[in-house]
Amino acid sequence: MRVSEERVSAASFEELAMPLFDQLYNFAHWLAQDRAEAEDLVQETYAKALRGFSSFQAGTNFRAWMYRILRNSFLTSRAGLKNTVVLDEEDSESLPVESANPESLLIEQADREMVQQALENLPLQFREILLLCEVEEMSYQEIAETLAIPIGTVMSRLFRARKALRGSLRERIEGGRHGM
Amino acid sequence: MGCEQWGAKLDRYLDGELAPAESVTLAAHLRGCSSCAADVLERVQIKRSVQMAGKRYTPSAELRSRITKKVAEKSHAGPAPWWRLILVPALALLVAAVLVNTYQHREQEARQNVYSELADLHVNTLASATPVDVVSSDRHTVKPWFQGKIPFTFNVPELAGSDFSLVGGRVAYLEQNPGAQLIFQIRKHEISVFIFLDRNGEIRELPARAGNAGSFNAATWTKNGLRYFVIGDANAADIEALSKLLRDAG
Repeated sequence: MRVSEERVSAASFEELAMPLFDQLYNFAHWLAQDRAEAEDLVQETYAKALRGFSSFQAGTNFRAWMYRILRNSFLTSRAGLKNTVVLDEEDSESLPVESANPESLLIEQADREMVQQALENLPLQFREILLLCEVEEMSYQEIAETLAIPIGTVMSRLFRARKALRGSLRERIEGGRHGM
Repeated sequence: MGCEQWGAKLDRYLDGELAPAESVTLAAHLRGCSSCAADVLERVQIKRSVQMAGKRYTPSAELRSRITKKVAEKSHAGPAPWWRLILVPALALLVAAVLVNTYQHREQEARQNVYSELADLHVNTLASATPVDVVSSDRHTVKPWFQGKIPFTFNVPELAGSDFSLVGGRVAYLEQNPGAQLIFQIRKHEISVFIFLDRNGEIRELPARAGNAGSFNAATWTKNGLRYFVIGDANAADIEALSKLLRDAG
């Protein structure tokens, strides 16, 4: 009985999991910053997910579940361990307020490559949350499930990640100007 | 509410995570506050640039086939014992139910994405220092302006006798496809009308009631291979009235 259940759920696993393949790879490569390691990560993720699919609860978010497996695999990998820096989390209710900056339109000049470099250089926790929010277009709830953190932390971390990215882009744009 | 209180909420507004009532209040605040509007514009730009820049790495064909094979192997291993004849159809039904559910969920999500993209475009436009590229209330000026800029033509409705006025137009992009964005005004409310080519019916319908950003009313339809979206914070009756004018003109 047990075998058949696994077989049948494997068929639905294929249909649920394969459409996520390209996105998962993109995310893995951003985390690992290396093609070979990203490939290993994706492969490991699919193997783990396939094994664990019988314990996957219907009604919970499959995408968040896959990303969580991928991310946990990364964090326990050699590359991931190097990256683990614990951030102090702030409470979302006490977020500092930034005033609008008249120079803000500077950001318009940021090109794709510049944004990619800025993202690459962000701490892992900032990079991953920005990718989940903007590229994967996950809701705060999905991000919370993927990263296994409360929603309040999702908001405060996103806020700080965006601030860090903005700062980095400004520096790059201004640096580029002075360099000319 | 002053700007200080909004600061931390602007991101949540753009992420579609602010409560509908708050979104409405914030949208109203943005129309009157240029510094918050500039702030929102910058945030939209960063959101978009991360979205573009983040789609960077493509998996190799080799990895794809390796994983596809492994996943498929697990699905179709071994000969069929007798009990599978009974059990499999039953479980297949169950799985189908789950898949239909997931599919519907994804469809809804995709529609939601189109909606939030258009809502973003609309907010972005209003926040901009130069919301429109062709400033004219004359439909005979606005229509020809789009010639050569977008791959189709459309009719701008006659507004005489209605409460609507035309503010102008600009080229907008939805999923990398160029289209027209017209801005109309009624009783101080701005409404954006987006028109895109939709020959194969690929662009998805909006949810019947505007969700997510919450503060907007929206309508959509296709006519002669064009997909129209009407979106704005005007009331539903105004959105419907403008939709009717457009449908009659198109």
